[in-house]
Amino acid sequence: MIKHLLSMNQLSSEDVARILDTANSFREVGTRVIKKVPALRGRSVVNLFYENSTRTRISFELAAKRLSADVINFSSTGTSVAKGESLKDTALTLQAMGADAIVIRHPSSGAPYALTRWVTGNVVNAGDGTHEHPTQALLDLYTVREHLGHIDGLRVAIIGDVLHSRVARSLTFGLSMMGAETTLVGPPTLIPPDAPVWGAEVSYQMDEVLPKLDVCYMLRVQNERQQKQFFPSVREYARLYGLSRERVAALPEGAMIMHPGPMNRGVEIASEVADLPQAVMEEQVTNGIAIRMSLLYLMMSDA
Amino acid sequence: MDPASGRDQAADVLVEGAVVSSVDEPGKGSAAGGARVLECDGLVLAPGLVDLHAHLREPGGEDRETVESGTRAAAVGGYTAVAAMANTEPVADDAAVIQEVLALGARAGHCEVFPVGAITKGLAGGALAEMGEMASLGVRIFSDDGHSVPNSRLMRMAMEYSRAFDVVIAEHAQDESLTEDWQMHEGPTSALLGLVGAPSEAEEIIVSRDLLLARLTGARIHFCHLSAAGAVEMVAAAKGNGLRVTAEVTPHHLTLTDVDLVEYDTNLKVNPPLRSAEDRQALIQALAAGAIDAVATDHAPHAVQEKDREFDQAPSGTIGLETALGAVLSLVYEERLTLLRAVEAMSTAPARILGAAGQGGPVQAGCPANLVIFDPDATWIVQAPFASLSANSAFIGRTVRGKVLHTMFKGKPVVSDGTPEH
Repeated sequence: MIKHLLSMNQLSSEDVARILDTANSFREVGTRVIKKVPALRGRSVVNLFYENSTRTRISFELAAKRLSADVINFSSTGTSVAKGESLKDTALTLQAMGADAIVIRHPSSGAPYALTRWVTGNVVNAGDGTHEHPTQALLDLYTVREHLGHIDGLRVAIIGDVLHSRVARSLTFGLSMMGAETTLVGPPTLIPPDAPVWGAEVSYQMDEVLPKLDVCYMLRVQNERQQKQFFPSVREYARLYGLSRERVAALPEGAMIMHPGPMNRGVEIASEVADLPQAVMEEQVTNGIAIRMSLLYLMMSDA
Repeated sequence: MDPASGRDQAADVLVEGAVVSSVDEPGKGSAAGGARVLECDGLVLAPGLVDLHAHLREPGGEDRETVESGTRAAAVGGYTAVAAMANTEPVADDAAVIQEVLALGARAGHCEVFPVGAITKGLAGGALAEMGEMASLGVRIFSDDGHSVPNSRLMRMAMEYSRAFDVVIAEHAQDESLTEDWQMHEGPTSALLGLVGAPSEAEEIIVSRDLLLARLTGARIHFCHLSAAGAVEMVAAAKGNGLRVTAEVTPHHLTLTDVDLVEYDTNLKVNPPLRSAEDRQALIQALAAGAIDAVATDHAPHAVQEKDREFDQAPSGTIGLETALGAVLSLVYEERLTLLRAVEAMSTAPARILGAAGQGGPVQAGCPANLVIFDPDATWIVQAPFASLSANSAFIGRTVRGKVLHTMFKGKPVVSDGTPEH
């Protein structure tokens, strides 16, 4: 397995298949009373989170702990970072303490790449700026495969603020690699003009795309984007690109509804839609732990 | 190689005191007793290079560069004249700072320093700085480089006013409203890397505006560091229409593109950003054809801790005085430029734009001996230590073909065998 996971584009389709297959065994661990295997006993994993995050950090923490690794959580508030310590110095300190792996979430695109210059352990990108979030894409691919049995040939739409979404990038690369057809949907101001280079179609008309989908993947839209004139109002955004009850009826039967979380209920997704059985967000979370266990195990045991 | 006289041949050159005293056929030159002889077989002798655009950081940024270290780096790169940009602290917007920079340059003695004056006080884009006072001290270029002059009226006033003096306004063309939070060129690579992009149109809009204002006012206009094909097209057309416009391009824009940024290397974060392969080709063609007059380094030193960090936190800029010749020679080796045109673009043309008498050749009897001798074949690897105080080079690790051996400033060797004399 590769030493650092910074971008989905570093993985081959064989790598992805292997990560997903290995996750099957680790998902079983989560159903036991004692949710532990000794695979990474004595190894240390640092969660270096410069952005607030609940689900991702806890997910990585549980994944590492279930593998029996020692986990240190380093957030940017109330630490040396608040005193102005540079990323480089923080990295060198962790290196000096013998961190075997560093899971980094950071608001700057490319920060994990810089980290690899300063540490010798494994680096896992848990979300860098608006660049990528590879483990999210992996758990999403896993969730789709679990439900529909395969990924190739599926028709997926990723709907929302694609421009600022690291999840959209990683997932598009992953789906393309595994043979699915992806369409990016949103207002023109929120879809990069060069997006087709990623291997996806583009559409500004959500209602035209919905009837043919196997997976409808909704992205969170931040209210700040309205301040910068990406769309005139949240009301108009929800009307044109929100997954309403009516729109769900337009989806084919058996289509999956997904969202990386956290959700803005009432904006990109109607509240009652989020609670439908075909909306699998909770499964995504559960699968996230298994996928992260799989990844840490494969990377750190040099399998 | 002497573009000013068109000479491209082997010769013996005699320098006496501060001037060239004769240029003869090889073997015919006679040296008085005690003359030092430099065997230049296989080497190229050219008028000393002239840089229209360097940031020497002094006053105010002495941790990154001083006039002394910057001009030494210039001499190592074969330069005998450097125009020092005005975005110092304090800004070079009055006689005091200009005189300070002139004095520092004279004291260092590595090359001639031409301080650039700000267009607006404090580079704030508001009130005009005292152009007349600075011009009387010898300032020939005025620029708010780092920023564009923010509106048409102000640029018009600056251009009209400049016509009273034999000076040129040099514009850093960037529509800042289109480039908020920019990190690199807007294109497929910026979309891939999740970095906010600056579109070419941000440069083209200001170039277009300034060309129209130059037409309106009859002023001379010079464009700093052009990077976009569309901007080049407009400048070429304006020249065709008789406008007094000149333009420069950097060695890094001639040799690198946005794709080179895929590893988030902050040494490649520059303003204007490295653009597409198509833009790069347009820049090379324009330089060869003369639509772009000159190469200028935009030498921009930054401290290690400023650059060795997250991409979006790093300031933009690359040093360039020591690598410029090698970078431009790579185009000669790719047969995109003739050697004579390369020397012209790096020496004669910038000297003319600057109005620097005694720089840029001709290399002939009676003319000041500002010369460079370089080995066009010698290869070397770009790495620290540099003569510059800073090491943020876009070319680190690359092998360069073409090395300056000797630089002579007013007849005095300032660099010998690649090493500064002092």
